Amino acid sequence: MELFKNQKDFKMDVLKEVGNIGAGNAATALSQLLNKPIDMAVPKVQLLGFEEIAEKVGGAEELVYAVFLRVEGDAPGNLFFILAPDAARSLLSRVAGISEVSGEELSEMELSALNEIGNILAGSYLSSLADFTSLSMYPTVPALAMDMAGAILSYGLLQFGQMGDDALLIDTTFLEGQNEIEGQFFLIPDPESFPKIFKSLGVPFEDE
Amino acid sequence: MNEEQSVIKVGMADLNVGSHDHVIRTTGLGSCVGLTLYDPAKKLGGMAHVMLPSSEIAREGKLNIAKFADTAIPELLSRLLSLGAIRNRIVAKMAGGAQMFAFAGGNDTMRIGPRNVESCKRALEDLNIPLLAEDTGGSYGRTIEIACNTGLLYIRSVQKGIKEL
Repeated sequence: MELFKNQKDFKMDVLKEVGNIGAGNAATALSQLLNKPIDMAVPKVQLLGFEEIAEKVGGAEELVYAVFLRVEGDAPGNLFFILAPDAARSLLSRVAGISEVSGEELSEMELSALNEIGNILAGSYLSSLADFTSLSMYPTVPALAMDMAGAILSYGLLQFGQMGDDALLIDTTFLEGQNEIEGQFFLIPDPESFPKIFKSLGVPFEDE
Repeated sequence: MNEEQSVIKVGMADLNVGSHDHVIRTTGLGSCVGLTLYDPAKKLGGMAHVMLPSSEIAREGKLNIAKFADTAIPELLSRLLSLGAIRNRIVAKMAGGAQMFAFAGGNDTMRIGPRNVESCKRALEDLNIPLLAEDTGGSYGRTIEIACNTGLLYIRSVQKGIKEL
Protein backbone atom coordinates (compact mmCIF):
# COMPACT_ATOMS: atom_id res chain seq x y z
CA MET A 1 0.00 0.00 0.00
CA GLU A 2 1.26 3.45 -0.89
CA LEU A 3 0.18 5.84 1.82
CA PHE A 4 2.09 8.96 0.85
CA LYS A 5 2.89 9.71 -2.75
CA ASN A 6 4.95 12.85 -2.31
CA GLN A 7 7.69 13.73 0.14
CA LYS A 8 7.40 10.35 1.79
CA ASP A 9 10.57 10.66 3.89
CA PHE A 10 9.65 14.09 5.12
CA LYS A 11 6.18 12.93 6.12
CA MET A 12 7.60 9.93 7.96
CA ASP A 13 9.91 12.32 9.82
CA VAL A 14 6.96 14.48 10.81
CA LEU A 15 5.19 11.41 12.20
CA LYS A 16 8.37 10.49 14.04
CA GLU A 17 8.21 13.86 15.72
CA VAL A 18 4.57 13.25 16.56
CA GLY A 19 5.62 10.02 18.29
CA ASN A 20 8.51 11.78 19.96
CA ILE A 21 6.33 14.42 21.53
CA GLY A 22 3.63 12.02 22.63
CA ALA A 23 5.92 9.39 24.05
CA GLY A 24 8.26 12.02 25.48
CA ASN A 25 5.49 13.39 27.63
CA ALA A 26 4.37 9.93 28.61
CA ALA A 27 7.96 9.08 29.60
CA THR A 28 8.04 12.20 31.75
CA ALA A 29 4.82 11.13 33.43
CA LEU A 30 6.26 7.68 34.06
CA SER A 31 9.46 9.19 35.37
CA GLN A 32 7.42 11.19 37.88
CA LEU A 33 5.43 8.13 38.92
CA LEU A 34 8.64 6.15 39.50
CA ASN A 35 10.69 9.08 40.64
CA LYS A 36 13.46 7.82 38.37
CA PRO A 37 14.87 8.83 35.02
CA ILE A 38 13.38 7.11 31.99
CA ASP A 39 15.18 6.64 28.70
CA MET A 40 13.31 6.77 25.48
CA ALA A 41 14.35 5.46 22.08
CA VAL A 42 13.85 7.49 18.92
CA PRO A 43 10.39 6.59 17.62
CA LYS A 44 10.13 4.28 14.64
CA VAL A 45 7.58 5.04 11.98
CA GLN A 46 6.97 2.16 9.63
CA LEU A 47 4.41 0.86 7.24
CA LEU A 48 4.25 -2.79 8.22
CA GLY A 49 2.36 -5.89 7.15
CA PHE A 50 -0.15 -7.14 9.72
CA GLU A 51 2.08 -10.08 10.64
CA GLU A 52 5.12 -7.86 11.15
CA ILE A 53 3.36 -5.69 13.69
CA ALA A 54 3.00 -8.56 16.15
CA GLU A 55 6.67 -9.41 15.47
CA LYS A 56 7.54 -6.04 17.01
CA VAL A 57 6.65 -7.39 20.43
CA GLY A 58 8.01 -10.89 19.95
CA GLY A 59 5.45 -12.62 17.73
CA ALA A 60 1.71 -13.22 17.52
CA GLU A 61 1.74 -15.72 20.40
CA GLU A 62 3.92 -13.69 22.77
CA LEU A 63 2.19 -13.01 26.06
CA VAL A 64 1.81 -9.29 26.74
CA TYR A 65 -0.07 -6.91 28.94
CA ALA A 66 -1.66 -4.17 26.88
CA VAL A 67 -3.68 -1.12 27.73
CA PHE A 68 -5.72 -0.17 24.71
CA LEU A 69 -7.42 3.16 24.09
CA ARG A 70 -9.42 4.10 21.10
CA VAL A 71 -8.64 7.71 20.20
CA GLU A 72 -11.64 9.78 19.16
CA GLY A 73 -12.01 13.31 17.90
CA ASP A 74 -10.48 15.04 14.86
CA ALA A 75 -7.80 12.46 14.20
CA PRO A 76 -9.05 9.07 15.40
CA GLY A 77 -6.76 6.10 15.89
CA ASN A 78 -5.66 3.34 18.22
CA LEU A 79 -3.17 3.63 21.04
CA PHE A 80 -1.56 0.70 22.83
CA PHE A 81 0.71 0.69 25.84
CA ILE A 82 2.44 -2.69 25.86
CA LEU A 83 4.46 -4.40 28.57
CA ALA A 84 5.99 -7.85 28.85
CA PRO A 85 4.71 -9.74 31.95
CA ASP A 86 7.97 -9.21 33.88
CA ALA A 87 7.97 -5.51 33.12
CA ALA A 88 4.36 -5.24 34.26
CA ARG A 89 5.32 -6.83 37.58
CA SER A 90 8.28 -4.51 38.14
CA LEU A 91 6.20 -1.52 37.24
CA LEU A 92 3.52 -2.51 39.72
CA SER A 93 5.98 -3.06 42.51
CA ARG A 94 7.64 0.33 41.90
CA VAL A 95 4.61 2.49 41.35
CA ALA A 96 1.85 0.95 43.37
CA GLY A 97 4.10 -0.49 46.06
CA ILE A 98 2.59 -3.88 45.37
CA SER A 99 5.53 -6.03 46.33
CA GLU A 100 3.93 -9.44 46.44
CA VAL A 101 3.55 -9.66 42.72
CA SER A 102 4.03 -13.37 42.50
CA GLY A 103 2.18 -16.27 41.00
CA GLU A 104 1.07 -16.66 37.44
CA GLU A 105 -1.76 -14.21 37.32
CA LEU A 106 -2.17 -10.69 38.59
CA SER A 107 -4.99 -10.00 41.03
CA GLU A 108 -7.93 -7.71 40.32
CA MET A 109 -6.23 -5.02 42.35
CA GLU A 110 -2.98 -5.33 40.40
CA LEU A 111 -4.77 -5.32 37.07
CA SER A 112 -6.71 -2.26 38.06
CA ALA A 113 -3.51 -0.46 39.11
CA LEU A 114 -1.86 -1.40 35.83
CA ASN A 115 -4.84 -0.14 33.87
CA GLU A 116 -4.64 3.16 35.72
CA ILE A 117 -0.91 3.51 35.06
CA GLY A 118 -1.56 2.83 31.40
CA ASN A 119 -4.35 5.37 31.44
CA ILE A 120 -2.13 8.08 32.93
CA LEU A 121 0.67 7.45 30.44
CA ALA A 122 -1.60 7.18 27.42
CA GLY A 123 -3.46 10.28 28.57
CA SER A 124 -0.27 12.31 28.66
CA TYR A 125 0.74 10.90 25.26
CA LEU A 126 -2.53 12.03 23.74
CA SER A 127 -2.89 15.37 25.43
CA SER A 128 0.59 16.46 24.33
CA LEU A 129 -0.27 15.34 20.82
CA ALA A 130 -3.50 17.29 20.90
CA ASP A 131 -1.61 20.40 22.09
CA PHE A 132 1.03 19.99 19.43
CA THR A 133 -1.42 19.59 16.57
CA SER A 134 -4.30 21.69 17.95
CA LEU A 135 -6.55 18.79 17.04
CA SER A 136 -9.08 17.45 19.44
CA MET A 137 -8.05 13.95 20.46
CA TYR A 138 -9.59 12.27 23.40
CA PRO A 139 -9.29 8.71 24.65
CA THR A 140 -12.05 6.25 25.34
CA VAL A 141 -12.02 4.51 28.70
CA PRO A 142 -8.91 2.32 28.68
CA ALA A 143 -9.17 -1.44 28.57
CA LEU A 144 -6.50 -3.83 29.78
CA ALA A 145 -5.86 -7.28 28.44
CA MET A 146 -3.23 -9.92 29.06
CA ASP A 147 -3.08 -12.24 26.11
CA MET A 148 -1.38 -13.18 22.85
CA ALA A 149 0.06 -10.11 21.14
CA GLY A 150 -1.51 -10.99 17.82
CA ALA A 151 -4.98 -11.22 19.32
CA ILE A 152 -4.60 -7.86 21.05
CA LEU A 153 -2.92 -5.87 18.30
CA SER A 154 -5.38 -7.01 15.63
CA TYR A 155 -7.81 -4.54 17.21
CA GLY A 156 -5.59 -1.72 16.08
CA LEU A 157 -5.56 -2.94 12.49
CA LEU A 158 -9.26 -3.04 11.69
CA GLN A 159 -9.39 0.45 10.19
CA PHE A 160 -6.36 -0.21 8.00
CA GLY A 161 -7.80 -3.60 7.14
CA GLN A 162 -10.47 -1.93 5.03
CA MET A 163 -7.76 -0.36 2.88
CA GLY A 164 -5.02 -2.89 2.54
CA ASP A 165 -2.82 -5.42 4.26
CA ASP A 166 -0.48 -3.18 6.17
CA ALA A 167 -0.67 -0.39 8.70
CA LEU A 168 1.37 2.63 9.68
CA LEU A 169 2.76 2.23 13.14
CA ILE A 170 4.41 4.87 15.33
CA ASP A 171 6.40 2.79 17.79
CA THR A 172 8.31 4.16 20.78
CA THR A 173 10.20 2.10 23.33
CA PHE A 174 11.18 3.37 26.74
CA LEU A 175 13.46 1.89 29.35
CA GLU A 176 14.05 2.37 33.03
CA GLY A 177 17.39 1.85 34.77
CA GLN A 178 18.94 -1.54 34.09
CA ASN A 179 16.25 -2.24 31.52
CA GLU A 180 14.02 -3.68 34.21
CA ILE A 181 11.01 -1.94 32.84
CA GLU A 182 10.71 -1.81 29.11
CA GLY A 183 7.48 -0.67 27.58
CA GLN A 184 6.22 0.25 24.16
CA PHE A 185 3.74 2.72 22.83
CA PHE A 186 2.06 1.88 19.55
CA LEU A 187 0.05 4.62 17.91
CA ILE A 188 -1.84 3.55 14.81
CA PRO A 189 -3.78 6.53 13.45
CA ASP A 190 -6.74 5.68 11.22
CA PRO A 191 -5.88 6.12 7.52
CA GLU A 192 -8.21 9.15 7.35
CA SER A 193 -6.34 10.91 10.14
CA PHE A 194 -3.11 11.50 8.25
CA PRO A 195 -4.31 14.41 6.09
CA LYS A 196 -5.67 16.08 9.24
CA ILE A 197 -2.49 15.60 11.21
CA PHE A 198 -0.33 16.95 8.37
CA LYS A 199 -2.64 19.86 7.67
CA SER A 200 -2.66 20.87 11.33
CA LEU A 201 1.14 20.97 11.30
CA GLY A 202 1.34 22.97 8.11
CA VAL A 203 2.66 20.09 6.03
CA PRO A 204 1.27 20.23 2.52
CA PHE A 205 -0.91 17.23 1.90
CA GLU A 206 -2.21 17.22 -1.63
CA ASP A 207 -5.06 15.08 -2.83
CA GLU A 208 -3.08 11.92 -2.72
CA MET B 1 0.10 -29.99 19.63
CA ASN B 2 1.27 -31.71 16.46
CA GLU B 3 4.91 -30.99 15.76
CA GLU B 4 5.89 -34.08 13.75
CA GLN B 5 3.85 -33.13 10.72
CA SER B 6 4.83 -30.33 8.41
CA VAL B 7 3.15 -27.11 9.40
CA ILE B 8 1.52 -24.73 6.97
CA LYS B 9 1.23 -21.30 8.51
CA VAL B 10 -1.71 -19.06 7.73
CA GLY B 11 -1.14 -15.38 8.46
CA MET B 12 -3.68 -12.72 9.29
CA ALA B 13 -6.05 -12.14 6.37
CA ASP B 14 -4.64 -15.19 4.65
CA LEU B 15 -5.78 -18.69 3.68
CA ASN B 16 -4.21 -21.98 2.68
CA VAL B 17 -4.93 -25.66 2.07
CA GLY B 18 -3.10 -28.90 2.80
CA SER B 19 -3.29 -32.67 2.54
CA HIS B 20 -3.09 -35.61 4.99
CA ASP B 21 0.49 -35.05 6.20
CA HIS B 22 -0.01 -31.37 6.90
CA VAL B 23 -1.00 -29.37 9.93
CA ILE B 24 -2.42 -25.95 9.14
CA ARG B 25 -1.96 -23.35 11.85
CA THR B 26 -2.82 -19.75 12.53
CA THR B 27 -1.66 -17.87 15.62
CA GLY B 28 -3.06 -15.13 17.81
CA LEU B 29 -6.71 -15.00 16.77
CA GLY B 30 -8.48 -12.22 18.64
CA SER B 31 -11.56 -10.80 17.00
CA CYS B 32 -10.53 -12.63 13.82
CA VAL B 33 -12.06 -16.00 13.04
CA GLY B 34 -10.10 -19.08 12.05
CA LEU B 35 -12.34 -21.15 9.81
CA THR B 36 -11.48 -24.64 8.59
CA LEU B 37 -12.98 -26.76 5.83
CA TYR B 38 -12.26 -30.47 5.67
CA ASP B 39 -12.94 -33.44 3.46
CA PRO B 40 -12.65 -36.48 5.78
CA ALA B 41 -12.41 -39.08 3.02
CA LYS B 42 -9.62 -37.43 1.06
CA LYS B 43 -8.05 -35.94 4.21
CA LEU B 44 -7.83 -32.53 2.65
CA GLY B 45 -8.07 -29.46 4.83
CA GLY B 46 -8.06 -25.70 4.49
CA MET B 47 -7.97 -22.74 6.82
CA ALA B 48 -8.83 -19.06 6.48
CA HIS B 49 -7.89 -16.31 8.97
CA VAL B 50 -10.84 -13.96 8.50
CA MET B 51 -10.34 -10.42 9.76
CA LEU B 52 -13.46 -8.51 8.73
CA PRO B 53 -17.07 -9.57 8.17
CA SER B 54 -17.84 -8.21 4.73
CA SER B 55 -15.99 -7.15 1.60
CA GLU B 56 -18.61 -4.43 1.13
CA ILE B 57 -16.64 -2.17 3.47
CA ALA B 58 -13.40 -2.66 1.52
CA ARG B 59 -11.88 0.48 0.06
CA GLU B 60 -8.72 -1.11 -1.23
CA GLY B 61 -7.85 -1.19 -4.90
CA LYS B 62 -6.87 -4.81 -5.09
CA LEU B 63 -9.13 -6.83 -2.83
CA ASN B 64 -7.51 -9.40 -0.56
CA ILE B 65 -10.27 -11.98 -0.68
CA ALA B 66 -8.79 -13.94 2.24
CA LYS B 67 -9.57 -11.04 4.57
CA PHE B 68 -13.36 -10.99 4.47
CA ALA B 69 -15.79 -13.71 5.56
CA ASP B 70 -17.99 -13.42 2.48
CA THR B 71 -15.10 -13.80 0.03
CA ALA B 72 -12.63 -16.00 1.96
CA ILE B 73 -14.93 -18.96 2.49
CA PRO B 74 -15.97 -19.42 -1.18
CA GLU B 75 -12.29 -19.09 -2.16
CA LEU B 76 -11.19 -21.63 0.44
CA LEU B 77 -13.87 -24.00 -0.84
CA SER B 78 -12.75 -23.69 -4.45
CA ARG B 79 -9.08 -24.20 -3.47
CA LEU B 80 -10.08 -27.38 -1.65
CA LEU B 81 -12.17 -28.61 -4.60
CA SER B 82 -9.29 -28.02 -6.98
CA LEU B 83 -7.15 -30.31 -4.78
CA GLY B 84 -9.73 -33.01 -5.37
CA ALA B 85 -12.08 -32.65 -2.39
CA ILE B 86 -15.69 -33.73 -2.93
CA ARG B 87 -18.14 -30.89 -2.45
CA ASN B 88 -20.85 -32.64 -0.44
CA ARG B 89 -18.41 -34.23 2.02
CA ILE B 90 -16.91 -30.95 3.14
CA VAL B 91 -17.50 -29.91 6.73
CA ALA B 92 -16.51 -26.78 8.67
CA LYS B 93 -15.21 -25.89 12.10
CA MET B 94 -14.27 -22.51 13.45
CA ALA B 95 -12.77 -20.67 16.39
CA GLY B 96 -12.03 -17.09 17.41
CA GLY B 97 -14.29 -14.08 17.17
CA ALA B 98 -13.46 -12.94 20.69
CA GLN B 99 -14.16 -9.56 22.16
CA MET B 100 -10.75 -8.82 23.61
CA PHE B 101 -11.63 -5.51 25.19
CA ALA B 102 -14.85 -4.76 27.01
CA PHE B 103 -15.90 -1.17 26.60
CA ALA B 104 -18.96 0.51 27.97
CA GLY B 105 -21.08 1.59 25.04
CA GLY B 106 -19.26 -0.74 22.69
CA ASN B 107 -19.56 0.58 19.15
CA ASP B 108 -19.64 -1.58 16.05
CA THR B 109 -15.88 -1.79 15.63
CA MET B 110 -15.52 -3.18 19.11
CA ARG B 111 -18.15 -5.81 18.38
CA ILE B 112 -16.13 -7.00 15.39
CA GLY B 113 -15.56 -10.50 16.83
CA PRO B 114 -19.24 -11.50 17.08
CA ARG B 115 -19.88 -9.90 13.68
CA ASN B 116 -17.11 -11.96 12.10
CA VAL B 117 -18.65 -15.12 13.59
CA GLU B 118 -22.11 -14.23 12.27
CA SER B 119 -20.77 -13.52 8.79
CA CYS B 120 -18.84 -16.78 8.66
CA LYS B 121 -21.97 -18.70 9.63
CA ARG B 122 -23.98 -16.94 6.97
CA ALA B 123 -21.37 -17.69 4.32
CA LEU B 124 -21.35 -21.38 5.34
CA GLU B 125 -25.15 -21.50 5.14
CA ASP B 126 -25.11 -19.91 1.72
CA LEU B 127 -22.69 -22.59 0.54
CA ASN B 128 -24.60 -25.34 2.35
CA ILE B 129 -21.57 -26.47 4.36
CA PRO B 130 -22.39 -27.97 7.78
CA LEU B 131 -20.66 -26.39 10.78
CA LEU B 132 -19.62 -29.33 12.95
CA ALA B 133 -18.14 -27.46 15.90
CA GLU B 134 -17.10 -24.01 17.04
CA ASP B 135 -15.25 -22.36 19.89
CA THR B 136 -16.08 -18.71 19.46
CA GLY B 137 -16.63 -15.61 21.55
CA GLY B 138 -15.20 -14.99 24.98
CA SER B 139 -12.52 -12.41 25.66
CA TYR B 140 -9.31 -14.28 24.99
CA GLY B 141 -6.94 -14.96 22.12
CA ARG B 142 -6.57 -18.34 20.44
CA THR B 143 -4.03 -20.21 18.36
CA ILE B 144 -5.57 -22.98 16.29
CA GLU B 145 -4.41 -25.81 14.11
CA ILE B 146 -6.13 -28.49 12.09
CA ALA B 147 -4.52 -31.88 11.63
CA CYS B 148 -5.36 -32.87 8.09
CA ASN B 149 -5.00 -36.60 8.78
CA THR B 150 -7.80 -36.53 11.38
CA GLY B 151 -9.69 -33.30 10.82
CA LEU B 152 -9.32 -32.49 14.51
CA LEU B 153 -9.08 -28.83 15.37
CA TYR B 154 -6.81 -27.96 18.31
CA ILE B 155 -7.37 -24.66 20.06
CA ARG B 156 -4.85 -23.18 22.45
CA SER B 157 -5.43 -20.18 24.67
CA VAL B 158 -3.51 -18.60 27.53
CA GLN B 159 -6.32 -19.04 30.04
CA LYS B 160 -7.81 -22.36 29.03
CA GLY B 161 -4.95 -24.46 27.71
CA ILE B 162 -5.59 -26.81 24.80
CA LYS B 163 -9.04 -27.78 23.63
CA GLU B 164 -9.92 -30.26 20.90
CA LEU B 165 -12.84 -29.99 18.52
